[in-house]
Amino acid sequence: MIVVESGPLSEMKTHALNTFPDECCGFLYGIEQTGGNRVITKILEVNNSKTGDKKRRFEISGKDYMLAEKFALENDVLLLGIYHSHPNHPAIPSEHDRVAALPYFSYVILSVKPGKIDHIRSWQLNEESQFEEEVFSPAHLNQPI
Amino acid sequence: MATVIIPTPLRKFTNQTARVQIEAGTIGEVIDQITLDFPELKKHLLDQQGGIRSFVNIFAGDEDIRDLQKENTPVNNSTIISIVPAIAGGSF
Repeated sequence: MIVVESGPLSEMKTHALNTFPDECCGFLYGIEQTGGNRVITKILEVNNSKTGDKKRRFEISGKDYMLAEKFALENDVLLLGIYHSHPNHPAIPSEHDRVAALPYFSYVILSVKPGKIDHIRSWQLNEESQFEEEVFSPAHLNQPI
Repeated sequence: MATVIIPTPLRKFTNQTARVQIEAGTIGEVIDQITLDFPELKKHLLDQQGGIRSFVNIFAGDEDIRDLQKENTPVNNSTIISIVPAIAGGSF
């Protein structure tokens, strides 16, 4: 299960709405509890560095990634994943998402429609490099509004 | 020895170690040694031809080695090497 605290959840939603109709992206930080549950206590917004069609693509620069890892080491938090938005599309990872995805990370996807967050789901790669959904909390956001 | 920063998603292959010290003269030697020390890293760093995977970027300090001398980029005791996974995706 991945639990996103209210503060970072609000920031993530605002980021996705303000970036619409482009895709937004950022990092997820927090703690891992016994049993593997994750609690996201902080997010870090980053620039979508994709050149070209940002309405259906995102990219995080190598330098932003290095800064994100440095932040985790310096602040004694875990870098647990990535969030990004799917404007006008469901929060289901695409093949583009899968081929570049990494083991261990949680991939939180926000489905955004004009003026609202439609729903949010989270995914992780399994041992066969296929995405499996992980339980996202708060759960009421899992379904389209 | 050069210091290699292991990205969080790959630390389960380095016994949860974030920083690894490697004795090497070039980036290529660093990659050879680190994949010997931690064999499970190999499939995440190298393609089937033994080259660095296209989804993996290697930085020496703040510079991408593709902008330097690639695998022949020299390293020394003060070099900080970062393994930087490409983070990208899209809705469809």
